[in-house]
Amino acid sequence: MSYKTLTLELDEDGIALVTIDLPDQSMNVWNGELLEDFSNVVDKIVEDDAIKGAVITSGKESGFMAGADLRMLGGTGSTKSGSPNSGSTDKGALFEQLFTMNKMFRKLETGGHTAKEMTKGGKTAKPVAAAVNGLALGGGLELVLACHYKVVSDNPKVQFGVPEVQVGLLPGGGGTQRIPRLAGLQNAAMMATQGKPIDSKTAQAYKLIDEIVPHDQIITKAKEWVKANPKVTQPWDKKGFKFPGGGGAMDPRSVQFFVAASAMAQDKTSHNYPAIESILSCMYEGSIVPFDTAIRIESKYFTKLIADPQSRNMIRTLFINKQAAEKGEQRPEGVAKTNLKKVGVLGAGMMGAGIAYITAKAGMEVVLIDRDQDYAEKGKAYSQKIVEKGVKRGKVSKEKGEGLLARITPSTDYDLLKDVDLIIEAVFEDPDVKADVIKKTEAVIKKDVIFASNTSTLPITGLAKNSSRADQFIGIHFFSPVDKMPLVEIIPGDLSGDRSLATALDYVAKIKKTPIVVKDTRGFYTNRVVPPYLNEAMLMIKEGVAPALIDNCAKLLGMPVGPLALTDETSLELGYMLMQSTKKELGKDYRPNGTEEMLEKMVIELGRKGRKSGGGFYEYPEDGGKKYLWPGLSDHFPLADDQPSADDVKERLMYAQLIPAAQCFAEGIVFDPQSADLGAIFGWGFAPWTGGPMSHIDTIGVENFVRTAESMAQRYGERFNPPNLFREMAQKGETLYKAA
Amino acid sequence: MTEAFIYDTVRTPRGKGRSDGSLHEITPVQLATQVLEGVRDRNNLDTSKVDDVAFGCVSPVGEQGAVITRAAVLQAGYSQTAPAIQVNRFCASGLEAVNIATAKVKSGEADLTIGGGVEHMSRVPMGSDGGALATDPAVAFKSYFVPQGIAADLIASKYGHTRDDVDAYAVESQKRASKAQSEGRFKNSILPVRDVIGETVLDHDETIRPGTDMQSLGALKPSFAMMGENFGFDGVALQRYPELEKVNHVHHAGNSSGIVDGAAAVLIGNKESGVRHQLKPRARIVAAASVGSEPTIMLTGPEFAAKKVLERAGMTKDDIDIWELNEAFASVVLRFMDAMDIDHGDINVCGGAIAMGHPLGATGAMITGVVLDELERTGKSTALVTLCIGGGMGTATIIERV
Repeated sequence: MSYKTLTLELDEDGIALVTIDLPDQSMNVWNGELLEDFSNVVDKIVEDDAIKGAVITSGKESGFMAGADLRMLGGTGSTKSGSPNSGSTDKGALFEQLFTMNKMFRKLETGGHTAKEMTKGGKTAKPVAAAVNGLALGGGLELVLACHYKVVSDNPKVQFGVPEVQVGLLPGGGGTQRIPRLAGLQNAAMMATQGKPIDSKTAQAYKLIDEIVPHDQIITKAKEWVKANPKVTQPWDKKGFKFPGGGGAMDPRSVQFFVAASAMAQDKTSHNYPAIESILSCMYEGSIVPFDTAIRIESKYFTKLIADPQSRNMIRTLFINKQAAEKGEQRPEGVAKTNLKKVGVLGAGMMGAGIAYITAKAGMEVVLIDRDQDYAEKGKAYSQKIVEKGVKRGKVSKEKGEGLLARITPSTDYDLLKDVDLIIEAVFEDPDVKADVIKKTEAVIKKDVIFASNTSTLPITGLAKNSSRADQFIGIHFFSPVDKMPLVEIIPGDLSGDRSLATALDYVAKIKKTPIVVKDTRGFYTNRVVPPYLNEAMLMIKEGVAPALIDNCAKLLGMPVGPLALTDETSLELGYMLMQSTKKELGKDYRPNGTEEMLEKMVIELGRKGRKSGGGFYEYPEDGGKKYLWPGLSDHFPLADDQPSADDVKERLMYAQLIPAAQCFAEGIVFDPQSADLGAIFGWGFAPWTGGPMSHIDTIGVENFVRTAESMAQRYGERFNPPNLFREMAQKGETLYKAA
Repeated sequence: MTEAFIYDTVRTPRGKGRSDGSLHEITPVQLATQVLEGVRDRNNLDTSKVDDVAFGCVSPVGEQGAVITRAAVLQAGYSQTAPAIQVNRFCASGLEAVNIATAKVKSGEADLTIGGGVEHMSRVPMGSDGGALATDPAVAFKSYFVPQGIAADLIASKYGHTRDDVDAYAVESQKRASKAQSEGRFKNSILPVRDVIGETVLDHDETIRPGTDMQSLGALKPSFAMMGENFGFDGVALQRYPELEKVNHVHHAGNSSGIVDGAAAVLIGNKESGVRHQLKPRARIVAAASVGSEPTIMLTGPEFAAKKVLERAGMTKDDIDIWELNEAFASVVLRFMDAMDIDHGDINVCGGAIAMGHPLGATGAMITGVVLDELERTGKSTALVTLCIGGGMGTATIIERV
């Protein structure tokens, strides 16, 4: 038999060496071809008398196996996302399909014998050892755990983990069963519900692996073990097997664990991630029954998750589209890849300092220019602070940190820019200041250098008028704090050429952030959506809705912080100033949004300006204690006797984001649903479980979205009216994403 | 429908529910056996005429498992014809057992029954039976499960009970229990517990602390704060009650019910049974009811159970002379008084579980006896007995002296 994805070599001892090595891929993953090949290999190992045992290893330098091909999983789920009953998948058939992996692993470890034949009839399996050369994640780790013995390379980079939860799934190849049976319920639950990897030492302490040996000896050692142990069974196939650290779910010691695990999971995820509940259920139910029943239960919960649109949404946005964006999907074709070695950062304020840090961190030289040497130095000091903290916490080595700092040159001298490959301007948001800086810079830089402006309010096309090379002028909009916020908006102006877009994307790829390309309009994308959302919360306060209800409901939706707390962070004062300047700018065209008086009262009359100015909606105890709602708030904005239901508040906060995001899509401010979804999740922390606002609209159904928005417009105001494009889509039965 | 009457109530004293408690050496089945012996001997019962014995027990596993009531019936030397059942409605099990025993008489299925309960908390700890409600993640997620202490703190947070409010209630409970004990108000029902050689090991409720005051309670740390904050329970509670900013942890060992060992029995029968045994009916069981309520806040059921049983009885709250609500936690009683508009002087007049303890499966039957003794002592007529229940339930029973 020939295999496409692996090789099988039988040695003179009758030990089969199975080397998994997917063609044209840098990393092994479970896909349809490997499943077919490996299933055949398992049959051969079990049935071929010439084979006495086997060693499974990987042919990839990059590691053992990274799990399943997410594209394969992402496409398995329900396709009729728009209909309210999206259970169009035949779940029974899907279960049979998803159970094949468990069956295959089970056959490998039992040698095809039943549990009874092993526990009572003395039957054993042929020994199978894993020779693990590098990281084994998800289905990769599950394959390792189905082997009877696990030999692991001493390479410190080896990692083990089951990260499926991060895309709304569970480890469906026996992970929820073998891990607790080896490592105990608590360790297993931590690994599977958090999805974080562990190193070899920890894996050995957890009893997930048996031996750590020098890298070049993994196969030899694995073969030695196979030769020495001709008859084996897994611990759970032996009579009297007991869970480590206490019995299964019915053991009194497990009761406390499950009670606490369920509460902690609910506390952290607000019922938004069914995968976490399913993982705990698999462990609870699976630990009460025999192994063969347990893996069926696991595959049933796995089927349930795969059939739900949530995992598809999460896989699509958080992995497939994120990676595509980071790999430069929006990059114009035919432009040669730029080799950015040195970047000039103009302005050493908070944004400029942050940009200098991440740029130097990515290995590029930085010239950090400010009009005052002290300011420039202060900008570099920002990096120094982060580096020192990192060294102290052992996150960065001292040499690496020093290297990073050595790459930043603070200066007032524009001449230092003469050999940079890219300019990022982050000076004061004043057109005149920017115009001056652009002129000074273009006077010294090479003729072909791209000039990027990190403006958040000024149109790029307008700024580009100050440039003598408008085709090389573009916007790169960072978020604050720059080193923490993962999203970057790239804004081509009317005249920006392909090379400026390509360079901007190459730069963002180097600093490892997620880019979206957006249209050159006031506020771009994220700053068009967030203010109306924050305003909605203030309008609710004005109506007398309990402030705790507002922020708690946002958290229930899956937002990282409530809108009132976020308003305190961004500062009410800034909101007030922006409102004043917009009023001034637009004159009689200004359309009030209802929060004007309230902002004025909070900021001017009551001095509640925000977190950094002594408090806003919340009080911030000076001793660093937990923030709490400002008790005076209800004196000025009395609570209504009738409070809305939590569902109503949640819906209002959700639609206060969905509607402006939909408007941005309808107006072409974001060019596709992918960008709208990425920008929302990575820009302002929009509930990741939804896959983003566009994915969410597909999931609830465009028609349902339009109907709900219209009814909310009648209840709360016209701002909730859906864009016409969505009304048309609803009529035509269209969805934002094409069906998978 | 046949009338059902209470002919007698007996109980063991409540022993401190720890290994150094006076009842720790006595088996649970012995506690149950001794109350069954007591109720037989005090009333000269022909046990072949007992149609059923229902006992509450909340952790019916280990030595409390396998229908402990039947074991106790046989152990007490009852006629083998007397059947037995074990009932679990968590904290109201003892009252529910009384209600079942009553219902059998009222429906005509039985002439003479015994309701009661047993819980030996020092030997079979709370939670020994595991169970899906708290343990199965699918159930815990769907019901937003939190432990009772968190639920009690949630009641206090939602209805604004301060630490002083709950502590003041606890001080009063101790004061009343202490006074009732010293005046001998419990004597009529208490049956001293004897060991295998016939010596009395306990003849009074063991955990009352007469000297309790605000200062001594003030020194106690909240029992559920760490659990609520570290294990996510506060978060779960707030997800169900998002209008609250936080859970205010006010309960501690001094204002919550104590863990104790004990058993109780209530003799119930129709008129004819009383005549046959030459017994005088002490009270008529007017009506009973149970309800389910919101399971996360869990312990607000008594209000709804009380309203339901009053309605079924065609009565109003003004018809009730004495109220008895199990003192699971101080906030449970404070909320009930508020919701029902009841004066503190009319409820839990002899103190309650905060002072004397709450032997889970037995308490309902015990406090039925306490309140009946008190009606007789004061010459009053009608009482309503109720308990809050895990999982969000309430059970209530109205009795009336005849």
